[in-house]
Amino acid sequence: MGFSKDQLLNRLQELEIDYSKYEHPPVLTVEAQAKYVSSSEGALCKNLFLKDKKHRYYIVSAMVDTKVDMKVLSQRLGLGKGGIRMAPEEALGELLQVSLGCVTPFAVVNESARDVSLLLDKNLKNPTRCIFHPLSNDVSISLNTSGLDKFLRSIGRDPVYIDLEVNPVVGKDQPPDLAVYVPFNSVVVPELPNKTACLQTPPKNESGETKPVTSAKPSKSACKFKNVAENSAPLAFKNPEKFVEEILDKTSALFLSEGKGKSVEALTETQRKRLASELTHLAIMYKNTAYTEGFQAGKCYQPKRL
Amino acid sequence: MAAVFKKKIESESSGQVVNPWEVFVQDGEKIDYDKLIEKFGCQRIDLSLINRVQRLTCLQPHVFLRRGVFFAHRDFNEILDAYERGHKFYLYTGRGPSSEALHLGHLIPFLFTKYFQEAFKVPLVIQLTDDEKCMWKNLSVEESQRLARENAKDIIACGFDVTKTLIFSDFDYVGGAFYKNMVKVAKCVTLNKAKGIFGFSGEDHIGKLSFPAVQAVPSFPSSFPHLFPGMDNLRCLVPCAIDQDPYFRMTRDVAPRLGYSKPALIESSFFPALQGNNGKMSASDPNSAIYVTDTTEDIKNKIKRYALSGGKDTLEKQKSLGANLEVDISVKYLSFFLEDDFELEHIRKEYGEGRMQTGGVKNRLTEVLTQMVERHRKARAAITDEMVDAFMAVRPLPSMFE
Repeated sequence: MGFSKDQLLNRLQELEIDYSKYEHPPVLTVEAQAKYVSSSEGALCKNLFLKDKKHRYYIVSAMVDTKVDMKVLSQRLGLGKGGIRMAPEEALGELLQVSLGCVTPFAVVNESARDVSLLLDKNLKNPTRCIFHPLSNDVSISLNTSGLDKFLRSIGRDPVYIDLEVNPVVGKDQPPDLAVYVPFNSVVVPELPNKTACLQTPPKNESGETKPVTSAKPSKSACKFKNVAENSAPLAFKNPEKFVEEILDKTSALFLSEGKGKSVEALTETQRKRLASELTHLAIMYKNTAYTEGFQAGKCYQPKRL
Repeated sequence: MAAVFKKKIESESSGQVVNPWEVFVQDGEKIDYDKLIEKFGCQRIDLSLINRVQRLTCLQPHVFLRRGVFFAHRDFNEILDAYERGHKFYLYTGRGPSSEALHLGHLIPFLFTKYFQEAFKVPLVIQLTDDEKCMWKNLSVEESQRLARENAKDIIACGFDVTKTLIFSDFDYVGGAFYKNMVKVAKCVTLNKAKGIFGFSGEDHIGKLSFPAVQAVPSFPSSFPHLFPGMDNLRCLVPCAIDQDPYFRMTRDVAPRLGYSKPALIESSFFPALQGNNGKMSASDPNSAIYVTDTTEDIKNKIKRYALSGGKDTLEKQKSLGANLEVDISVKYLSFFLEDDFELEHIRKEYGEGRMQTGGVKNRLTEVLTQMVERHRKARAAITDEMVDAFMAVRPLPSMFE
């Protein structure tokens, strides 16, 4: 489970990091945040959660005035011209364990974010204090970057400050200068129903518009369907394919563990495919049967007598 | 949704006739699908479209797509465009329950529709036109309803997901919003037009005249208010055999006048009869088809005795000339049902160049079909009347897009 804001604040206190706390109604943009936290407390920051084509993720925290050019950033990371874009909403919950409007450098405290690369604007060091959300968008804290650095080191991370405003040439003889900060591992975020349409909900950024809140209300002109998986049973028990994947994973793991020492491999791709097809058919029949029994029970259900 | 009406139609210059009630080619000829596509005005499914399906679904495309069984479409690329942008669609297919016995040809649209449901994660409505069969085949109301329920079991056995599928029979379902749409459609089609499309005459009873509207309206989401409330722009994709195309041309013609989206179509070629390439399988000749109720022995014998062979008469001729793959039915059937692309290629090569004999091909086909029919039989045995009730219940499907 993700770190809560209280857990984070306790941790900051344990580390004797000096910070000031401001509570306010939930805010989704820097503009809204600015209404409740004045600039005398510290410098407001914008936080971008980005993803590249190989499923590697990045948080970029910068001063509101610092221009973040995505094309330049992408090239400097060695990802080519259009290699980086806003991460989809589901990754926000899965990897950073925060809600919309809450991207913050502190999110890397979560295990799930261990492969997310954190890039900090070197300009953050200028003001005495910077303002971030401590994992919840109804609170803001202001602290000196030295405090942020101390926290990051405490969780085994080296703070990385970069000059976001330079635009160095990247070419044959000039390797991308930020390539070293590309995460080693890519991350698979579980597929969700409309994965083909990335719900682009940019966290606080320079455009200053309120995020378009994508809701599940069916409207006359759009039939987009937001993922409702969070509210229902684990997919393995609802979806025959996921169910079969579970079975095959367990079987494969069993082969591997039993065969330790002997030369046994996990199920080959072809075996897996063939089995998957057969088992999925069985699983669908199982699901249909269970549904039917539930349906019958529902038909004969007698409401509680009052 | 099967053949609506049998009537003699003038053969055209190309010598072939394809419409919802008759499929006919000259002796010795094959159906010219290119001419058909041109005449109907639909489009071919090309490799780039198949690759696009693969990219969007992250699954290998169904064997029917890979082998060109489903080979034509209308507006399928628009469905995919919308899907890419996050707009889903729903599937609509159906069956005219005229007999209890289903053969493999009947299963094809259902097997394909099931793949679509899984690959795109979309809901499906299946119409059982018991009223149609009652009218055209002169069955009693009770008998046609009984056949509808029996056929529903075979359909369910193909592996549809009850949380995403509605099966309905016309006798049960027509009424309410569905009937309102039927009237709207009927108002847009004159008697003369219906005569032109469906061949009605002064001798036909008035029940037949209004039936086409019954088949048209499942293409419109407002016909199912308990499933698609407020989703009037949800598009519909209809997998069917190409002989249904003239029928959906009528529906597509009417749709804009009602302010509805046109249904998209994805169309299949005909599954040939065991005895050869002419026309399609016929329910009246039991040896022209493999039925889902056939035993392993039946299947073996039917293939051995009736499957038209493209192999040569003598072993020497076969070895030197190879088989005629164009007419050979066993190879044709394998191209429908043998999943493994490499194995099929191998068989085609060896058989076509004479290194393999008809017996070997027929044995492999027997294996493949027996496995299929066995699996179907087992699944069907597990289907109870209660399960049919559940599939046919008018209920919302909350996880239909998951």
